[in-house]
Amino acid sequence: MQSSSSRDLVVGVFVLLGLAAIAYLSVQVGGLSLGREGELQLFATFDDIGGLSPRAPVRISGVRVGQVESIDLDADLRARVAMNLATDLELSVDTAAAIRTAGLLGDQFVALEPGAEDEVLEAGESFSFTESATNLDKLIGAVVHGSGLAGDD
Amino acid sequence: MTGWLRSLGAQTLSLVESLGRIVRFGGLIVRAALLPPARLRFLLWAVYDSGVLSTALVCASGLTVGLVLGLQLYNTLSRFGAEESLGTAVGLSLIRELGPVLTGLLVTGRAGSATTAEIGAMKATEQLDGLRMMAVDPIHFVVMPRALALALVMPLLSALFIVCGIFGAYLVGVQLLGLDAGSYISHLENAVDFRESVLQSIVKAGVFGMLLGLIATYRGYTCEPNAAGVSRATTSTVVTASVCILLSDYVLTALWGV
Repeated sequence: MQSSSSRDLVVGVFVLLGLAAIAYLSVQVGGLSLGREGELQLFATFDDIGGLSPRAPVRISGVRVGQVESIDLDADLRARVAMNLATDLELSVDTAAAIRTAGLLGDQFVALEPGAEDEVLEAGESFSFTESATNLDKLIGAVVHGSGLAGDD
Repeated sequence: MTGWLRSLGAQTLSLVESLGRIVRFGGLIVRAALLPPARLRFLLWAVYDSGVLSTALVCASGLTVGLVLGLQLYNTLSRFGAEESLGTAVGLSLIRELGPVLTGLLVTGRAGSATTAEIGAMKATEQLDGLRMMAVDPIHFVVMPRALALALVMPLLSALFIVCGIFGAYLVGVQLLGLDAGSYISHLENAVDFRESVLQSIVKAGVFGMLLGLIATYRGYTCEPNAAGVSRATTSTVVTASVCILLSDYVLTALWGV
């Protein structure tokens, strides 16, 4: 029975390793999450989200505090971004949300700039101040045609 | 003219007939799996033979595939200044395609052929008839645990292959070629979605495992009861299962996108 029980052990280790690999791929790499209740969900509406995609990071002063959950169009046909943030985050009601790019051509993320009010945002509320993505094409166009920077003349 | 038509008809009929036999065989395995006793001890041994003994091969292959992918993709991507996307490219190609398919082919060669040879040898030495004489159903006693084990271990081995591959590409990209570790991991995690990629990978590996389990046991169970027959059945398992895995991979990929 010695060899049989040691074989059982090896099979057990094998199954555990395989399940651990699946769990790592699902939860860590695949971003599968069970139970969203523990997170603070906030919304922000933008005119242009550029290349922002679900699961993009949300940062404050460059520190990751959450991620973009989903992006939909709202009734006014503007982009409504739902974000899941750490629960213990206390953001004042005049916090601004901006879409920024990491480096010149890097990935886009949402940067939050905390305000000064004493009241804090509760789950399900929206940011009042937002800043759309910087569109590199528009920026280049403005420079080339001189329209955006040199005024109306 | 009629002779040619007749042979075409006969071939079509025998093809349909053999397809029907293998599907019916699959039905017998499913029925045997649902009927008591559960034969957990035999299932465990079969998992050991097919799964545990394949782990080293699968992990080593995953690692080398990851190393090569990292090197090749890094060189190609750096021509466009997009080395950062190495994590994305490695993760998506390994999880969606290379992991399940290569694991399927490796396990076919490593464990599928062994299963066919084992059952074939049992048939050639009339052990299956011996079981029947003792009123023990050989499908329940011999075939079902092995087929079930192949279907069960395939997703586990595929996941191990993928994790080793991701690690291999990390070794080359980050440790050797100087890519930033955080950017590799974060691109990987941002690009891979659970439902779109990981679930697809697990489902594919499971389907490949079922196909292999069915084909390997069927070939062994129906082989000619002599040495040449066992050898032919083993070869046929490897060929049929490999082609089936590659074809069903295309079908599954196409269906998943719909």
